[in-house]
Amino acid sequence: MTNVIPLPTRKDEAWRYADLDALARVWGDVPQGPERIIVPAGETLSKQIVLPVAMSGVSITDLDVVIEAGATFALHLLATDADYGRMSVNVLLHEGAHFEMGGAILGHADQTLEIVTSVNHAHPNATSNQVVRSVLAGHATGSFLGKVAVARHAQKTDASQSVKAMLLDRTATANAKPELEIYADDVKCAHGATVGELDKAALFYMAARGLPPSIARKLMLQAFIADAFVSLEDDAARETIETRALAALEGLA
Amino acid sequence: MLKIENLHAQVGETSILKGLSLTINAGEIHAIMGPNGAGKSTLAYTLGGRPGYDVTEGSATFDGQDLLALEPHERAAAGLFLGFQYPVEIPGVSNLQFLRESLNSQRRARGEEPLSGAEFIRLAKEKAGLLKMDMDMLKRPVNVGFSGGEKKRNEMVQMGIIDPKLALLDETDSGLDIDALRIVGEGINSIMRKPDKAVLLITHYQRLLDLVKPDFVHVLAGGRIVRSGGAELALELEEQGYEAVA
Repeated sequence: MTNVIPLPTRKDEAWRYADLDALARVWGDVPQGPERIIVPAGETLSKQIVLPVAMSGVSITDLDVVIEAGATFALHLLATDADYGRMSVNVLLHEGAHFEMGGAILGHADQTLEIVTSVNHAHPNATSNQVVRSVLAGHATGSFLGKVAVARHAQKTDASQSVKAMLLDRTATANAKPELEIYADDVKCAHGATVGELDKAALFYMAARGLPPSIARKLMLQAFIADAFVSLEDDAARETIETRALAALEGLA
Repeated sequence: MLKIENLHAQVGETSILKGLSLTINAGEIHAIMGPNGAGKSTLAYTLGGRPGYDVTEGSATFDGQDLLALEPHERAAAGLFLGFQYPVEIPGVSNLQFLRESLNSQRRARGEEPLSGAEFIRLAKEKAGLLKMDMDMLKRPVNVGFSGGEKKRNEMVQMGIIDPKLALLDETDSGLDIDALRIVGEGINSIMRKPDKAVLLITHYQRLLDLVKPDFVHVLAGGRIVRSGGAELALELEEQGYEAVA
C-alpha cells in the first residue's frame, strides 16, 4: 500500500526533532495510520514494545489508544535499535481511567530516537503518569515530546510527566518538550525535565571503594533507566524488557 | 606501609600541599589536625586519586608501590580505604549491591576468588552489627535519605566489609552525636587496630582521639606538617589552639 499522507515537515511540532531525510527514504512503505487499542471499561491492559528493527534503519511505531471508563493501560517502551526510531502514542482517557507509561531511549552513534505522546484527559477523574529516561552517547539525539490536554469539564485530572536524560558525551543531544493545554480549573498537572551527565563525585566515590569505571558507570546507568520500568508490575515482563535495555546500555559505552 | 615525601599538590591553579612528608608504619594510628584550609582534605583526596587533584612534585609509596601511578580503583584494591567527609548519595544503587560489586572487584584485581552471595551477606551482617546499623539500611540506595551520622556510620560498615590495610578517614567524626561517635570510635578500633593495618585520622576534635588513641599526632598548616608529637600534642592543641602550637 502506498502512503498518501504527505511527508511531515519540521513546522509540524510533533516532528520538529525527527530525522526527516531518513523518513523520506521509506515514507512510501510506512504503514498508513496507527495501530488501534481499546481498553474496555474497568479492565487492565499492559503492553511492552521494543521498537522493532526495520527497513533501512527506520522504525516507526504509532499507537492510538482509547482507555474506557475506570480502565488502566500500562505501556512500556524501549527505543534503541534504529537509525531513526519513533514511537508515537495518542491516548484518550475516559472518566476515572489511568494511563501509565515508562519509556527508555538508549542511543549512540548518529541515532535519532524519539517518543512522542499526546494524552487527552477528555473526562473527569482520569490520571496519567509518564516516565522517560534517555541515555545518549556519541552524536545521538533522543527526544521526548509529551502533550497533555485537559478538557474543560475534565475536573480532578491528575497528570504527571518525569523526563530525564543522561548524556555520556558532550556531542549527544537530548530534547524534552512538555506541552500542557489545560482548560479545567481543578486539576493537577506536574512535569519535570532534566538533562545531565554521570555524577563525577559518585564515580570517584565508587572508584574509591574499588569499582573500575566501567562497572561504576554500568551500575549508575542501570539504576537510572530502572525508573522507566519500575511501574511494570509483571516481574517476568519487566525482567525481559530490562534485560534488553541492559544489553543496549552495554553497547553504548 | 605509606611513605609520603615532599608532596606538592594543586587543585586547579591553586597550590595546596607544599612539601608534605609523612611515614606511616603497620600497626600505627596517626592523626592529622590543623586549621581550616590547611590542606587536610586535599591530602586525603590526593592520596585517593580524585580527578582534579594534581601532584606536581614529590612521591607517595604504599607497600613499596608507587601509589600516585595507580588509578583510584587500583589504589582501593591495593588496600587503601578513603573515608569521605561527605559520603556521596547514589540513587537507585543499593548498598549491598554496591559493596558486593566493590569487594569482588577488589578481590578479582588481587587474584582472589569473589565472595558468593551468601558469604557476602554473612560478612555484611557481621559488620553492620558491629556498627549497630540495621540491615534494612544496607538494602536501601547508597546514602540516599541517610542522616549525616548514618552516612558516617555507613562509611565504617563499608570499611569493615572491605577490610583495608590503610584507612584515611577524613573527618569521620564530624556530624556525629555522642553515642554515634562512640560506636564509630569502637568500630575503627575493632576493624583497624591490628599489627598489619594502619589508620590516618583527619580530625578537628580531641573527642575522637579519646576513643581512638593515636600513636602520633601531626599539625598540618599551610600545606605542610609543621609539628609532630604523641597523643599529648592533641591535648595541647585543644588547650592552646593552632596558632600557639604551630
